[in-house]
Amino acid sequence: MNRDRIYRLRPGWRLQWEEAQGRHVLLYPEGMVKLNDSAGAILSLIDGERNVGDMLDELQERYPQAPADELQTDVHEFLDEAVQQGWIHHD
Amino acid sequence: MTDHTPSTQRHTIEAPLWLLAELTYRCPLQCSYCSNPLDFAATQGNELTTEEWLDVLRQARAMGAVQLGFSGGEPLVRRDLETLVSEARTLGFYSNLITSGLGLDDARIEALRAAGLDHIQISLQASDPDVAGAVAGSRKAYDKKLAMARAVKAAGYPMVLNVVLHRHNIDQLDAIIALCAELDADAVELANCQLYGWAHLNRNGLLPSREQLDAAEATTARWREHLANEGRDMQLLFVVPDYYADRPKACMGGWGSIFMSVAPDGAVLPCHSARMLPMTFPNVRDDLLSSIWYDSDAFNRFRGEDWMPSPCRDCDERHQDFGGCRCQAYLLTGDPTATDPACDLSPDHHLIETARREAAEDQRSASQLTPRNVHESRVFCRA
Repeated sequence: MNRDRIYRLRPGWRLQWEEAQGRHVLLYPEGMVKLNDSAGAILSLIDGERNVGDMLDELQERYPQAPADELQTDVHEFLDEAVQQGWIHHD
Repeated sequence: MTDHTPSTQRHTIEAPLWLLAELTYRCPLQCSYCSNPLDFAATQGNELTTEEWLDVLRQARAMGAVQLGFSGGEPLVRRDLETLVSEARTLGFYSNLITSGLGLDDARIEALRAAGLDHIQISLQASDPDVAGAVAGSRKAYDKKLAMARAVKAAGYPMVLNVVLHRHNIDQLDAIIALCAELDADAVELANCQLYGWAHLNRNGLLPSREQLDAAEATTARWREHLANEGRDMQLLFVVPDYYADRPKACMGGWGSIFMSVAPDGAVLPCHSARMLPMTFPNVRDDLLSSIWYDSDAFNRFRGEDWMPSPCRDCDERHQDFGGCRCQAYLLTGDPTATDPACDLSPDHHLIETARREAAEDQRSASQLTPRNVHESRVFCRA
């Protein structure tokens, strides 16, 4: 996957930390995706400015014990899935 | 907001996620399939104030609600809508405006956007002004709605179009979906009419035939394939009418599970139709929302499975459909604790079959149905 690629959330959708649920949720018209910890951590780095490389660097810094190749695989698999689901897109 | 002592059963009750704020029963349209209560005119002049609504929003958000619908009636009738939207955004709600589109103009779309509104859902009645006019009581509303749908898209909102289907418009579904595609909707709800309130009153003149329904499902399937081939990302959600389903719908995801509705006069309901049930509902003017949600008799009445009659209580599917809809059970059998007759395992399922037969004999045109308006509603206020 291209480290230079920049993702954005689908227009009108919103990522938000829900204190009452203790997790990130993705909000969209009349609906909500409940995210697990890693999905929330990855999606919260998507801001239309960071590229995939920046995201990997930040995640590696946050989770130094995670092997770099596994982290990279997990992030790429999740981003593919999120595109499939229509949560995010890139230019 | 004051926190207060949790009740003993609170640990088993999840927090609400959805708040539907029915700001007003006033509406410029008179749709004969409206789900508002027949006696809505009784609450006129008794709407919650701006301050009361702001307090409702704060309480609901503190409890964990995150999806918020502004509905009615026509919510744009309330001139304080922008104030409420703005507070909702500050609190962290995702706010949905559920509107006819009437009362909207470019300036108001911009004001709502600035206030932080997330999404606008516009209802369409038909693909041509004649049918739309016969159903909604206003022929000129049609052009206005299309103009507003275009303006909503142009302002960058995600847009869901909602089309309530019944026998008078379901045969033009192909043209309806084509119109929605032309308007560039992000999603279209093709919702067969739910038979409550005014729709129940007009039931025999609204229910489509099995043949109409089958054709509509085929049309929807054809369009889904076409949209996929074109690479179009317009979702089509087709809601089957209960009267042609084998199993009941999982109404509101279960009574008092995720959803609460606050009516224009402050009554708090587990679903917006529940007001017709023979029971008393609490009011935000008397009690805190959290005590209503967790502790009121009304919200606990049909929670869980202890209330369930046979055959629900021994049915493997009771965790999926929660016994169906209490309002439908009451409307059809007179008993709100009965199994939803939409289920073909219900001992009352013959009532659904009878209703389908009666509807087949009803020859009224769309304009001959009872319009939902204050004049007609006063009849039910007196009753």
